[in-house]
Amino acid sequence: MSDATSPDSLWTHPRIRSLFLALLVGACFVAGPSSAIAAASLVNKKAPEFVRRDLSGKLLDLARFRGKVVLLNFWATWCAPCQVEMPFFAAWQRQYGAQSLQVIGISMDDDSAPVRKLIARLKLNYPVAMGDEKLGASYGGVLGLPLTYLIDADGKVRAQFQGETDLKTVETHLKLLLSHP
Amino acid sequence: MRLTLFKKTGTIAVLVMLFGTYAQAQFGAPQGISASSVPTEQLILPEQLNDLLRGGDAGKPLILQVGSLLMFREAHIPGAEYAGAGSQAVGLQQLQARVAPFGHEKLIVLYCGCCPWNRCPNVGPAFKMLHDLGFTHVKVLYLSDNFGTNWVDKGYPVERRH
Repeated sequence: MSDATSPDSLWTHPRIRSLFLALLVGACFVAGPSSAIAAASLVNKKAPEFVRRDLSGKLLDLARFRGKVVLLNFWATWCAPCQVEMPFFAAWQRQYGAQSLQVIGISMDDDSAPVRKLIARLKLNYPVAMGDEKLGASYGGVLGLPLTYLIDADGKVRAQFQGETDLKTVETHLKLLLSHP
Repeated sequence: MRLTLFKKTGTIAVLVMLFGTYAQAQFGAPQGISASSVPTEQLILPEQLNDLLRGGDAGKPLILQVGSLLMFREAHIPGAEYAGAGSQAVGLQQLQARVAPFGHEKLIVLYCGCCPWNRCPNVGPAFKMLHDLGFTHVKVLYLSDNFGTNWVDKGYPVERRH
């Protein structure tokens, strides 16, 4: 006969397990990523919404991705570490897309021409739109790249990563979110 | 045996050079002039620049942002001007035109803060150009992470559009 109060039986309880994992994810997010103060204030808040055309002309409405985990990446063609990350994001889109991941790129370039070239060269498989100062300001100021947010299925920012980040750390957080949307 | 050793050493050297070229292409500044090339004595720290800004108008430098126009529009140091991206020829032309009216002893502070310092493609070429033009009092603001983290979030003064 099992003891309902034993640690083992508590762990097998789905709600307890979910709560524990949620706390673990939260702790990782607070401790893990390097973060700017202004941008960190978005963590656990609703992701600022935006609607714009991506570079293929399709409407890109963040609200329409509710129910999916969104990896929102601010980047630019002149940002060398951004270009290191993006092939990984494309690979994750392929690998985790069926698990409801949606990667979105926002270029902070001043001009779209080099952006289009780089998208083609890197064979990016996710939508990319041009950013502007208004969108940057709504995210607390995009004043350094790369900058990546993980947004959960409810549209809340759950993590942010600024600067050169260990991609294994990002992927670990991403997988936790995907497994507990 | 010596020949074998020579061949192995040569092969390793070629591989190292190839990797170096690859790494430069992947991570380095487009024009190959890294921010790390700016001499340490030419750097100015955020707290030092902030002190300078709080001083009288006489000692105030010409502050030029040589990175992203979009980021400049988001936020910049009060009184700073956008002078073109140092990584692009057109940006360097813009910078050259902006400093043309000044004597070579004009105190100029360049900054970018687009990316982590050793990844910044802009301040290295911009500093080199001013140095080559003969400007002797050029400082580069050292922002180890980026403008947001090392200036805005530290509470130093900022002008914003929004």
